Amino acid sequence: MGEVIVVTSGKGGVGKTTTASNMGAGLAENGYIVCLIDADIGLRNLDVVLGLENRVVYDITNVISGKCKINQALVKDKFFKKLFLLPAAQIKDKMSVTPEEMCELCNILKEKFDFVIIDCPAGIERGFKNATAGAENAIVVTTPEVAAVRDADRIIGFVGACGLPSPRLVINRFRPKMVNAGDMMSIDDILDILSVDLLGIIPEDELIIVGANTGELVIKDGNSLSGQAYKNVVQRLKGNEVPYLELQKSNFFSKLSKVFSRQ
Amino acid sequence: MFKFPCKNSTSSSVAKERLRFVLLSDRTSINPELLYDLENDFIKVISKYMEIDENLLELNINKDAGNVMLKANLPVKRVKTY
Repeated sequence: MGEVIVVTSGKGGVGKTTTASNMGAGLAENGYIVCLIDADIGLRNLDVVLGLENRVVYDITNVISGKCKINQALVKDKFFKKLFLLPAAQIKDKMSVTPEEMCELCNILKEKFDFVIIDCPAGIERGFKNATAGAENAIVVTTPEVAAVRDADRIIGFVGACGLPSPRLVINRFRPKMVNAGDMMSIDDILDILSVDLLGIIPEDELIIVGANTGELVIKDGNSLSGQAYKNVVQRLKGNEVPYLELQKSNFFSKLSKVFSRQ
Repeated sequence: MFKFPCKNSTSSSVAKERLRFVLLSDRTSINPELLYDLENDFIKVISKYMEIDENLLELNINKDAGNVMLKANLPVKRVKTY
């Protein structure tokens, strides 16, 4: 029996889809059979992030309405052989899927997959309710910004209200240099405020944008810092303890410049 | 004791303070002014029975598993006797 995890954030643009896709790919790389569900009805995204947009035939609403079988709608990843995508529908009516139907779908999927990862849409409306309905665990993504952390706090509350256990936090777009300069909240600042467990810290990385351009995931690149950070997230999901990347360590020159800037 | 003037004006510390404020308000739907009044009333009521250190008084709102909890730390100097 697999585990159903929802990746959510409240605020848009903080990296839910990036996190869900890299996590899914990393788990698949580790031998698990993984299904990624794009729960953003009307704004399908996960297919382009994975570079699978040309292979989508059926979508989640077709499965729910019985127009096709689940296996017909699942798109197999090009690179990760154990990774599958269930695409969102590009229809306007978000109400076409109910939380009960999502719950039923997740129950069927977790019989076949080791992990079912749901990419939740931004906001707290129907899309959020659908995405959380069948989930057993939640991961909240935030960035070190006031607006994102505020929304993360709200979402942590809503996740608890759904009856899910306390979510784990992924802090995305982290910039160690800015933290050292006092211009970005630190990991401790954020954890202090949100009081949830940390699952990962993903440094800001241009390679994520490059990967999004070509439809390739950064986790494929083991040499990239963000790819390594996602690999660590995957290990922690597996239950292994992995130290956090030393992002805040400053080099000699930045220490020196700090000394001078104090005067 | 001599204290260095606290230069606590990095933009990240401002961010943290703003966040604390906005979350306190979000979590409780109580506006900050009301929270201030509450603190003062607390002092009034408790002071009827015991002498408390007002400078060390702390009022906090904590959220735990969907429940909101108001926590007041009221350091007691002396219990009044009648």
